[in-house]
Amino acid sequence: MSGLFSWDAWATVWNHRESFLLGLGNTLLTAFSALVLAFAIGAVIGLMATSGKKPLKFIARVYVEFIQNTPLLLQLCFLYYALAFAGLSLGVIRTGIIALGVYTGAYMGEVVRAAIESVPKGQFEAAQAQGFNYLQRMGYIILPQSIPVMLPPMVNQVVNLFKNTSCLYIVGGADLISVTYSFVTGASTGGAYAPAYIVCGAIFFVVCFPLSTLATRWEASLKERKGKADPALRAVKRTALKEAA
Amino acid sequence: MSTLASSFSILAQPGVFVYLLRGVAFTCIISVLGVILGLILGSLLALARTYCKKGPARILGWLSAAYIELFRNTPYLLWIFVCVVFCPCPAFFARKMFGLTSVEMKLLFKAALALILFNSSVIAEIVRGGLNGVAKGQFEAGYAQGFNTAEVLLYIILPQAYRNIVPTLLSQVITTIKDSSYLANVATIELMARIRQLLSAAGTYNGLGTVNVSDVMVLFGTACVIYFIINFTLSCIVRAMQARRKKALVFAPAKAA
Repeated sequence: MSGLFSWDAWATVWNHRESFLLGLGNTLLTAFSALVLAFAIGAVIGLMATSGKKPLKFIARVYVEFIQNTPLLLQLCFLYYALAFAGLSLGVIRTGIIALGVYTGAYMGEVVRAAIESVPKGQFEAAQAQGFNYLQRMGYIILPQSIPVMLPPMVNQVVNLFKNTSCLYIVGGADLISVTYSFVTGASTGGAYAPAYIVCGAIFFVVCFPLSTLATRWEASLKERKGKADPALRAVKRTALKEAA
Repeated sequence: MSTLASSFSILAQPGVFVYLLRGVAFTCIISVLGVILGLILGSLLALARTYCKKGPARILGWLSAAYIELFRNTPYLLWIFVCVVFCPCPAFFARKMFGLTSVEMKLLFKAALALILFNSSVIAEIVRGGLNGVAKGQFEAGYAQGFNTAEVLLYIILPQAYRNIVPTLLSQVITTIKDSSYLANVATIELMARIRQLLSAAGTYNGLGTVNVSDVMVLFGTACVIYFIINFTLSCIVRAMQARRKKALVFAPAKAA
């Protein structure tokens, strides 16, 4: 256990706290920017997939399938090396933001699609019958009902996005994982494996745990509310009560 | 366009095809192992977290909850690094095997272990979802038939839970195949790493002496196609399964009535 109980190793980590904070800052910056991009892509893809127009649906499907079925690491390397060898290098962080945003965008798109599809068809028809146009229909009727369904899985995607920033390591990023690794292998700081990994893991945990717990609880409470409102389930409960009586 | 032609000629080199094919095989083997062993460990964790709620067994429930949350909320790459440094590798694996050097075998063992540890936490949550879907009455019915707790779990609860989660588990295989590319960070064993390895030596393979954009396109494009074929096939199976289940679910109440 290299350095787990060594006071010096912990002291080295403490003395280099600024590089860890810098790594965290890079990770947060990448994750946040990628999240904004992912939201934008997700909204567009989700609306395209539920638009009912064949060509739009097809484009959204192809995008989602292609992105979801290839590894993020591959997409990032593809983008990074293609740009680098074409002489258009954007830098690791910006390349990472694009790759992560495009990747998470596909997942967000699926979340948006599923949430919009969870709204009963009658709602669309009723809105149309009232003379609402597409924007009004979405803005007043459909989205207010689908956003609560969307939010918990979106929070889960944020957690994944945050963890996925670790992929930047392969192209030599300066995110939290990469900083930790260069810290433990560095000439002057090397060897303090256990403390550095514990600190790095703890930072990830502190950010991700509250979010993923929130998502799980939220989802459970939504399900419970939906269960209460579900007429079929109410009927089952009624019968059960009658039988008990 | 001559650079593009020479980039394609990389793939036609005699050794390259086999090299990549072995990489695909390793990707598949690592992922399948990761899911199967992850399922075993994950099931134990899920059982402990779901049912160990009273008496001294509570500690077991807490421990498995802690394990699951710890691994779920930290990146896989961190666990690869941790295992590479701290995990001992038994002598059996630390030798030449499957065309890998002993150093690569050691790394493969450690990274695969990291994958199993990481995967088990994700799969535990999937299994827990399956367990929660099994009606409580099934327990009571099992006990009433004279089964003990282990028998009830093994013969009645788990089979139903597994049946519920087959599609989710298959999607986890897709995720695992994608995650296995993280191994490229520590060793050149599986597809992703081998593609990168080829790219770094592309100058000698394409006969031009330099690495061009077209090499990047061809090599990573090939990897994309391979990953896509494997994963898309799996995701089509998942979707077909879910559609069939949905249908069964729609018709079931009618049958009951």
